[in-house]
Amino acid sequence: MLRQIDGSFAVAEAVALCRPEVVSCYPITPQTHIVEHLGELVKDGHLKGCEFINTESEFGAMSLCIGSSSAGARTYTATASQGLLFMMEAVYNASGMGLPIVMTLGNRAIGAPINIWNDQTDAMSARDAGWIQLFVESNQEAVDVHIQAFKLAEALSLPVMVCMDGFILTHSYTRIDMPTQEQVDSFLPPFVARQKLDPADPVSMGAMVGPEAFTEVRYLAHYKQLEALELIPKLAAEYDAIVGRDSGGLLKSHYEGDAETVVVTMGSVIGTMKEVLTPMRAEGTSIGAITVRSFRPFPKDEVYEALKNAKRVIVFEKALAVGLGGILSSNIRWALRGTATPVYSVIGGLGGRPITRPSLRTLFEKGVKDQLEETHFLDLNLDVVKRQIDREREQTGSGPAAENILRDIGALRAAKTA
Amino acid sequence: MGQAEVITPMYSSKDYKSTVKPIWCPGCGHFGVESSLFRALAHLNLPPEQVGIVSGIGCSSRIPAYTQCYGFHGVHGRALAAATGLKLARPELTVVVTSGDGDAFSIGGNHFIHACRRNVDMTLLVMDNEVYGMTKGQPSPTTPGDWDSKIAPGGTGVNPFAPMAVALAAGANFIARGFAGDPNGVAKILVEAIQHPGLSFVQVLSPCITYRPEEKFWKKTVHPNPVAPTRDPAEAGHRLLSDDGFTTGVFFIGDRPIYTAAVGVGEGSLDEIEEHLAI
Ligand SMILES: Cc1ncc(C[n+]2csc(CCOP(=O)(O)OP(=O)(O)O)c2C)c(N)n1
Ligand code: SF4
Repeated sequence: MLRQIDGSFAVAEAVALCRPEVVSCYPITPQTHIVEHLGELVKDGHLKGCEFINTESEFGAMSLCIGSSSAGARTYTATASQGLLFMMEAVYNASGMGLPIVMTLGNRAIGAPINIWNDQTDAMSARDAGWIQLFVESNQEAVDVHIQAFKLAEALSLPVMVCMDGFILTHSYTRIDMPTQEQVDSFLPPFVARQKLDPADPVSMGAMVGPEAFTEVRYLAHYKQLEALELIPKLAAEYDAIVGRDSGGLLKSHYEGDAETVVVTMGSVIGTMKEVLTPMRAEGTSIGAITVRSFRPFPKDEVYEALKNAKRVIVFEKALAVGLGGILSSNIRWALRGTATPVYSVIGGLGGRPITRPSLRTLFEKGVKDQLEETHFLDLNLDVVKRQIDREREQTGSGPAAENILRDIGALRAAKTA
Repeated sequence: MGQAEVITPMYSSKDYKSTVKPIWCPGCGHFGVESSLFRALAHLNLPPEQVGIVSGIGCSSRIPAYTQCYGFHGVHGRALAAATGLKLARPELTVVVTSGDGDAFSIGGNHFIHACRRNVDMTLLVMDNEVYGMTKGQPSPTTPGDWDSKIAPGGTGVNPFAPMAVALAAGANFIARGFAGDPNGVAKILVEAIQHPGLSFVQVLSPCITYRPEEKFWKKTVHPNPVAPTRDPAEAGHRLLSDDGFTTGVFFIGDRPIYTAAVGVGEGSLDEIEEHLAI
């Protein structure tokens, strides 16, 4: 059924169609509306047989999910940013124990400095936590991928994190084609837990494992993620057969045929990019784009296939590995190892900075001429940074950097001297 | 003796106010609390730079930005831990933690217990509006269990947390409650709280006009403590457990031992220690 709804609402409805038995949460912008709407669905009786519980923190929420998933209940939660960081110990626990929890991450920057806006640093902080991480580009895809996520998680007994750009997706109203309950039921069978706490067959979960088997248990998780590389496209095809929409998968190529320059990115920014790339292509520039949809597991062979004929690759990402540069781009370089293809790493949109079409156009025009630095920061005001660096060099007590920078750009009035 | 006479500067409330304009909703109780805090600091004649205001995240936790004192805006729930570090490193500072019922009692609940237990000399001011204001209206630990909201359909069904009783049991040295609609009363309590050694806990009922509009009637519900504060924890416990949650005033003034940093306090110079250890 077609509906005009916001991303959070759409995700909540999709999750409800998956018949979760336990939903646990703690509010944090920009995901709060998702769990709030699930609460409404529980209250009005649309979502039956679901225990819905708001806990005292994200750490509590994820720990509760661990408990309920261990008891064999289909379990869901959502968080963002600081919330993900705060629950991180339990995040590793969930994957280490192989619990098929599904979590939405409404991608948001991480402080300090405090910032509530969108980037993907939060997801990157959990990239090695053993969770499958799927990035969506639109709210329609968010709906479809959440439904696939439950099946994927339960098939492999691994947790899945669906990453959607905060505000840009969670808060935007778009037209959504919501699958029917019958379609979802025929795609997603009831959850049969691979491991569960059962009084008839008592087991203890969370064993201490020493050096004699730790590597093997970790390798098993890695092995299962590699299995997901096969399963993710299969599930997308199965879903397509039932719902009639090609959504999800490992990666997506946005234009037919090879291009000399290929842009690689994740998440919703591809929407703006296509508005720049399509006219550039029409003007004769050989430029294309792919989006990585499964970041963990990382589909390195598929990435290689998609990029092997490119003369250059521009990786655009909304996250920064401080002291290294790009994270997605490092992964792309790994996929292209052994080739001489230059991979430019572009970092943009941090803390919600708008990614505008003119900036992208300039970026791509430079890119196709190999005029980009290895690591490029989109729309960076380097003068402001230099001012602070000089200040730190000149004064021992130069004060808090973020406040100084805000003052320099005129966003904070100089402190009143007492 | 030829020395110039030292003149103590006199401060007024506005000396503690920064140029940043609060972005609270008109009518929010936190305005009253902010003004009480500044009145208390002015009354104590504390130089702004000798005061550290530490917070976590929430509408209530915005206060550090609105002051001319040392402000520290940390992550959600960790204000007390950060403030403990600040106070241990700079014991001469007056440290006030400004927090909310979400920040201090749910996500930061464990620090609340242990800060009371540790009894470091600082003041914890919790603006309790029985809701998470900043994230737009979810129940906090002090929200009545039958308050219906999207995130807790039909109410949490859980008994509200009793922060003052918990603070007493955990070891806080001064326990009081104020009402944001009575800034003078709150200021008076804060003066006492700041002056009293150890962890002083002040719960201020501070209506969230936007997500709990019914709280504007708190002004009719609050009533002053009819009895003088007690120094006896057992008596305080008895009173707190039978209290309706709307009694304002000081409940408990203790003389429990205060945390003093033992590590890093050297005994004499290095030479003296070496001499002492010499065989
Ligand atoms: C780790 C983490 N989880 C969640 C949030 C979102 N969050 C910000 S403020 C807040 C609640 C604030 O409530 P309270 O302390 O009562 O303050 P009020 O806004 O009501 O004054 C929450 C849940 C966050 N910032 N960090
Ligand atoms: S939401 Fe509530 S607590 Fe926050 S500023 Fe508005 S009235 Fe105050």
